[in-house]
Amino acid sequence: MKRFEYIRATSVAEATSAAMEQNAVFLAGGTNLVDLMKVGVSRPDRVIDISGLAELARVEFLPNGGVRIGALVLNTDLAYHPQFSRDYPSVAEALLSAASGQLRNAATAGGNILQKTRCSYFFDLASACNKRQPGAGCDARDGENHGLAILGWSLSCIATHPSDFAVPMVALDAVVEIDGISGHREVLLDAFYTLPGDYPERETVLQPGELVVAIRLPPEAKTFAQHSRYLKLRDRTSFAFALVSVAASLVVEEGMIRDARIALGGVALKPWRARAAETRLKGQVCSDTLFREAAEVALADARPSGNNAAKIELSRRLVVRALRVAEAGNTDQPRSLPGSVFAEQPKVSANG
Amino acid sequence: MRGRHGSSVGQPLTRLDGHLKVTGAAVYAADNNPPGMLHAVMATSDIANGKVASLEIEAAKRHPGVVEVMTPDNRPPIADPAGPDAPFGWRLDVLQSDIVHYAKQPIAVVIATSLEAATEGAALLAPRYEEHSPVADFDTAETFAATAAGVFGPARDEMGNVETELHAATFRLDEVYDTPAQYHNPMEPHAIVASWDGDELTVDTPSQGLIMAQRRISDLFGIPLENIHVRSPFLGGGFGNKGFLAGPQILGILAARLVGKPVKLVMRRDQMYGPLGHRGRTQQRFQLGLDDDSKLVALNHTIKAATSIFDEFVEPAGKISQTLYASRAIATDHQAVPMHIGTPGFMRAPGEASGSAALEIAMDEAAFARGLDPLEFRLNNYAEVEPISGKPFSSKELRACYTQGAARFGWADRPLLPRQMRNEAGLLVGWGVGTATFPTLMFNGQARAVLTADGAATVETAAADMGQGAWTSFAQIAADSLGLSLDKVEFRAGSSKFPDAGIAGGSAHTATAGSAIHAAGRDLIAKLAAIAARDERSALHGTGNKDIVARDGRLYLREDEDRSDSYIDILGRAGLGEIRSDSKVGPDDPIRSDYAMHAHGAVFAEVLVDPELGQVRVSRLVGAFAAGAIINPRLVRSQYYGGMIWGLSFALHEEALIDHRSGRILNADLAGYHVPVNADVVSLEALIVDEYDPHVNALGAKGVGELGITGTVGAIANAVWHATGVRVRRYPIKITDLIDQPGRSI
Amino acid sequence: MIIRIELNEKPCSIEVDDPRVTLLDLLRERLNLTGTKKGCDRGQCGACTVLVDGRRINSCLTLAFSVDGRSVTTVEGLAKGGKLHPIQEVFISRDALQCGFCTPGQLMSAVGLANEMPLRNDPEQIREAMSGNLCRCGAYQGIVEAIMDYHGALSTDGATHETI
Repeated sequence: MKRFEYIRATSVAEATSAAMEQNAVFLAGGTNLVDLMKVGVSRPDRVIDISGLAELARVEFLPNGGVRIGALVLNTDLAYHPQFSRDYPSVAEALLSAASGQLRNAATAGGNILQKTRCSYFFDLASACNKRQPGAGCDARDGENHGLAILGWSLSCIATHPSDFAVPMVALDAVVEIDGISGHREVLLDAFYTLPGDYPERETVLQPGELVVAIRLPPEAKTFAQHSRYLKLRDRTSFAFALVSVAASLVVEEGMIRDARIALGGVALKPWRARAAETRLKGQVCSDTLFREAAEVALADARPSGNNAAKIELSRRLVVRALRVAEAGNTDQPRSLPGSVFAEQPKVSANG
Repeated sequence: MRGRHGSSVGQPLTRLDGHLKVTGAAVYAADNNPPGMLHAVMATSDIANGKVASLEIEAAKRHPGVVEVMTPDNRPPIADPAGPDAPFGWRLDVLQSDIVHYAKQPIAVVIATSLEAATEGAALLAPRYEEHSPVADFDTAETFAATAAGVFGPARDEMGNVETELHAATFRLDEVYDTPAQYHNPMEPHAIVASWDGDELTVDTPSQGLIMAQRRISDLFGIPLENIHVRSPFLGGGFGNKGFLAGPQILGILAARLVGKPVKLVMRRDQMYGPLGHRGRTQQRFQLGLDDDSKLVALNHTIKAATSIFDEFVEPAGKISQTLYASRAIATDHQAVPMHIGTPGFMRAPGEASGSAALEIAMDEAAFARGLDPLEFRLNNYAEVEPISGKPFSSKELRACYTQGAARFGWADRPLLPRQMRNEAGLLVGWGVGTATFPTLMFNGQARAVLTADGAATVETAAADMGQGAWTSFAQIAADSLGLSLDKVEFRAGSSKFPDAGIAGGSAHTATAGSAIHAAGRDLIAKLAAIAARDERSALHGTGNKDIVARDGRLYLREDEDRSDSYIDILGRAGLGEIRSDSKVGPDDPIRSDYAMHAHGAVFAEVLVDPELGQVRVSRLVGAFAAGAIINPRLVRSQYYGGMIWGLSFALHEEALIDHRSGRILNADLAGYHVPVNADVVSLEALIVDEYDPHVNALGAKGVGELGITGTVGAIANAVWHATGVRVRRYPIKITDLIDQPGRSI
Repeated sequence: MIIRIELNEKPCSIEVDDPRVTLLDLLRERLNLTGTKKGCDRGQCGACTVLVDGRRINSCLTLAFSVDGRSVTTVEGLAKGGKLHPIQEVFISRDALQCGFCTPGQLMSAVGLANEMPLRNDPEQIREAMSGNLCRCGAYQGIVEAIMDYHGALSTDGATHETI
């Protein structure tokens, strides 16, 4: 790790002003940044520790019915917050399906959405990676890419975004609040992320020195509380990144879908909102046929970026399953294996 | 033995080192911080083939805290690390040149006053290379006929005529199975703290064979054995990875010599995917021939296994085919596939694990093709004598393992056809079986027992505890062999100052060191009895050793226990401050050549598979194992559990992904290289099946550490097939293997 | 910078001259508290788990500077006055360890998890909660049984094998 200047910020203003320096980074939980620094992917000259900014560590339920999650709210605290987990069960489930208890205790909401890709070639300094070094090329294209993107990728980058939390947040129209020396602004989380295109080194719309201070869910997000799930396929039962994940939220009245939200994780460089599939569902009666149609629509643009065509079919099937379990509804009892296909209550049939 | 001396052996004692381990007081190598110590960090190669063209040594040295950079140019001289003294001739990479043969090969060592400075110093070296294209694709690499299977085994062996028998068989199966490169990944990374005092050297480093390590250092550095003290009281896991000193450990000693101060070198996790050995990638072809009665008439097992460009170690996967199932003809053949990788080596159940993983699927496929229950098919091909040699087994309770395991598991209810069972959540359920087996080995071992005038004893041997429980089970053996309670015996191990205990490997440590301890104790008691027999004042005057029982610090005459004498009195009257005995045991007992010696078991697996999404979870494993006398059932059960989890890991998780262009391993960490987490292990049972073996060793004990992997891998693979109807012949079995089957609905 | 922490219930202040020092390396290399182990140094194995303000975290991913002013509990702080903490007792009795290298992290995780979630009488919940602590020896079943014991809730479905 390169030697760096360590600054402990005592206010947001102090932090954002300190961050105008070249090659400065914000440090919150450190679970991603310190790792990247150890590996050498990130070599900052200045580390601004914002973990002491108590005003960013609050969950506020807003008068309009929405909720504002401070950027420093810990993943654990948010997931087990009684009201939050009741109102936004798919978000809680996504948080608890992620990483490990230890990491969730340190990881923050803001840091979570800003996680870097886990593409092996991004982490391997000896490999060509356009995201790490613009113009270097992409060794993932012809390499080990069975887990990489099937949507939204470009010839310059086929990486995926690793966050679980961000997937249901995108589905629920979360808004990111950003502070910088030029003031405060807000961006829809879905628009906060940029697709790789020709500039994969850029991942979000954040400008130098800008700090994510909060993430908000709008009032309508909790209308899905009865039918919101997050499912995550992985190669081991826990403590693994998603091969594919799906957040599905429905408003169901007498079998009729009034509103629907779907987002996929692990398929693109950002959580992938499936708006056309949502449209397909609205006003329809729940059925497996309908869910299959929605899954077809959701993956209509998918194409393999390498040896990963199987992910497309897998994603379709997971969309169907997520809709099915979302329709079945949430239970008061927290799941012992959040997000797992082995977490289902026996009453939910896995038969298609 | 139980009848003769004491009652510790066979008891499920909790670990005697448990207190140290739960309080953080157990000292592992990297926990040593001698005064004045510097930190060393290796720089390792990013390329797999070529040479280091330049290093930014000055940039590293300018970094505050960096003291020295060790490269081939200034590395202190040592003997040729690939010379004739090298164990099995394997080469160590200790900066002997700038040539690179595999990724993560050490290319320099940076020594600094802090770990942080040494780490950054290593990064600042920014090596440039002359790079050549590596051989990194197993499937397209050239092969050659291996000279040996593993180290000792013949590369080719044949009994009967496989070709003829295959031709005449009424049913033939011909399939190919793939196993990946796997890395041991003990939780404790290899570490060494080396301190030189003139020509005397103290090293703290995890070692499964302390005296071998001491000898290796002596050979390399040209200093006498007695000048070298290797300490390894606790290993944070070994699994074969710490059997021989590896290059990085020697580099730690060299770094300490270079700077003239104690040096600590701890490997980073990613650096463990290069110079430390691994379980080599294999591709195994099975040709089975069956007769009308579904008995094996031919078993032809052909193995292709990866090795390095510069050394040969071929995963001896064929061994298991020679010993497990009866067949009229058996042939095994090993081909080597040289690649730009670190040399593979011994990893928990070397050969048997990979061989069993493939063989047990092949057996399952054959059984199903013949319409037989897979357990019935295995019983139908039960080997009454060791197939390849025709020798009788010293003991073999495999039938009892099948019977007891099947009963406990509920195997009788298993439908023959796949895809017949679902649980109430709609998940597919499958049941599979595999046979476990591992040879019963023994090495040369020594121990020393000393009984002092106060009636207490010390027993010493340079044994290693890497988690299997040597601190406890060897103390139990020591106490019983001396007829003392545990609290009267101080058991010492983990230091090269003690007699050679052999290597803690091959599941032979109890057979070796345990037998040596037993012999030392027995001989000491014989000496004591002789003293008593000569002593007119002793109640045992005139008796002979063979009639003596030692118990609780007293010797008793077997036929008349009223005649007894205490150790304290016997020594006291003789005016002896202590008596001692030094034992030496080995595998050369002629009786061992008359018998085939193996431990056995049967493993039954239940898996749940999501019918649409293909995710697999092992919901239940039941193993029934027969491994002779059990020294401590609590510890043995833990060994079986560990082995079974390794089997689960082999079946579903572990795989090093190599980039075929660069030769670099892409998941050289613990996030991408999956080993099971707690949530992957739902229910384990290990039944201990009674087995009496008068031949294997004085204790009658067979090894238990590696047995549990074998059988389990195949049992799980077979259960996945039984759940889904999809036969996967490549490990690990992944979600995409199950959903990516054309024309299949799973 | 002088770091002041409450370490195993005792005040501790130490001058640290390098912002790169992690809490793990502070404990192991500068305070000689070597019970906490380094298995991966990247938050992937859990061997370095300690409690900071009562929460379990990976000390390898935590900068020492960041814990200034907070309380840190390591495995050395579990036993009190020579008496083992109950979790330590049950780890021994359930043989929830083999090589012992991951054990300090497992213990701290086992103690810390109860501060995160309401515990039910459910081994699946423990398995999931303990999945951030790898054990290569495979002591998982004993670990779950020990934690069920410790939390006073070993149910019949948790006891999946006969114990001796």
